[in-house]
Amino acid sequence: MSETPLLKVSGVSKFYGSRIGCQDVSFDLWPGEVLAIVGESGSGKTTLLNCLSTRLMPSAGSVEYRMRDGNFRDLYHMSEAERRFLMRTDWGFVHQNPADGLRMTVSAGANVGERLMAVGDRHYGKIRETATDWLGRVEISADRIDDQPRAFSGGMRQRLQIARNLVTGPRLVFMDEPTGGLDVSVQARLLDLVRGLVNDLGLSAIVVTHDLAVARLLSHRMMVMKDGHVIEQGLTDRVLDDPREPYTQLLVSSILQV
Amino acid sequence: MATPLVVSEVSKSFIMHLRDGIKLPVVNDVSSSVAGGECVVLGGPSGIGKSSILKMLYGNYAVDAGQILVNHREKIVDIAAADPRTIIEVRRHTMGYVSQFLRTVPRVAAVDVVAEPLVARGIDAAEAKDKAVELLARLNLPRELWSLPPATFSGGEQQRVNIARGFITSHRILLLDEPTASLDATNRRVVIEMIAAKKAEGVAMLGIFHDEEVREAVADRILDVSAFSPRKAVAA
Repeated sequence: MSETPLLKVSGVSKFYGSRIGCQDVSFDLWPGEVLAIVGESGSGKTTLLNCLSTRLMPSAGSVEYRMRDGNFRDLYHMSEAERRFLMRTDWGFVHQNPADGLRMTVSAGANVGERLMAVGDRHYGKIRETATDWLGRVEISADRIDDQPRAFSGGMRQRLQIARNLVTGPRLVFMDEPTGGLDVSVQARLLDLVRGLVNDLGLSAIVVTHDLAVARLLSHRMMVMKDGHVIEQGLTDRVLDDPREPYTQLLVSSILQV
Repeated sequence: MATPLVVSEVSKSFIMHLRDGIKLPVVNDVSSSVAGGECVVLGGPSGIGKSSILKMLYGNYAVDAGQILVNHREKIVDIAAADPRTIIEVRRHTMGYVSQFLRTVPRVAAVDVVAEPLVARGIDAAEAKDKAVELLARLNLPRELWSLPPATFSGGEQQRVNIARGFITSHRILLLDEPTASLDATNRRVVIEMIAAKKAEGVAMLGIFHDEEVREAVADRILDVSAFSPRKAVAA
């Protein structure tokens, strides 16, 4: 069991004027750990995710990330260039809408290859080979490599976005409602895929979702948010099977049984 | 060697916030221990809190008070107070759990469901699969089901997948929640043999068995859970 966290979050708050986005959130994320952030729309989960991934600057608090050299760096005190580099190489960000994370007018292969070029790969043949391999891992057939994502279905686009994010071997992946707009059979396939990749690669991930079944399937640990605050957290199956807070009990009891 | 599992003065209640905050007491002052190679069976009528006790030991339910001490890699871990990461680590290496129902994951084949706990411990995938196949065969699960996801299996078939998954590791502690409930006589006897083998290996087991034949065969000791029932204490 590794004794150093990958991410140390302390007191992160974000205010929009006098409104609370999220307030005073602190936790450690460990290597190989998947954390789910759940809560209803407007509870602050996406604001928190954006603050953690530095897409948004918080009003207060700090996030320290353990770099590959083992040293912790405060994300909010890095230069813009350093943060971008981290985003393109060591991190992934999977958006709910694949169009936000893909370049829709370049080929599927180029979408994956672009991330490789960001880490210094220049050999065209090798980039194409790796891209083909990754398309296979997300179950997109090799003969679609030259097609643009515009020509892909929603589920395929989402899988392509995942391949694009994972190709550089990131250590930390942020996901914002990764199965949000997909129908259930496509969702099941994607979840199974993400679950397998996370296990095989030993990734750490922070997944925002309003779907408790997704949280149960993917995450080790869960944080429940309401009105910008983390109201309950713990082992995923503990929170779901023995919810303590009134709001968590309401959430869990509202799940529809099939 | 330290006792694998010690439970000390554990109490648990549910507070139902959606029902005006009524408090449902579950158990009071549960204290017991299970030695290596011993199989302790929880006794008492339905609804007395037997499954809840197993869930607390596994970290699935939080407890209000008390300690649950597990000997994890020669260190004592208190499950009642441990952080999620530690509980996951204990589940991976020290404490297994066979539930009544299998929680299936879409698209994952039965054989991979069974092999998964070994793979999670870093054992080679092919080796884990061999062992999974061996167990499924022993539990008489038809060969043509091995590569299918268990979601569409019958209750008894799912339960056998679940048992194989629980027994595949060499965990020092096993919690068994009615593992034989929907099995036929032949498979019940297979499970009895498997439990006996675990005992011989020195595994500490705590289980619930409503089936008398199984209980007679495996129990070294019966722990009467009604002694911890708060309802009884009020009545007395």
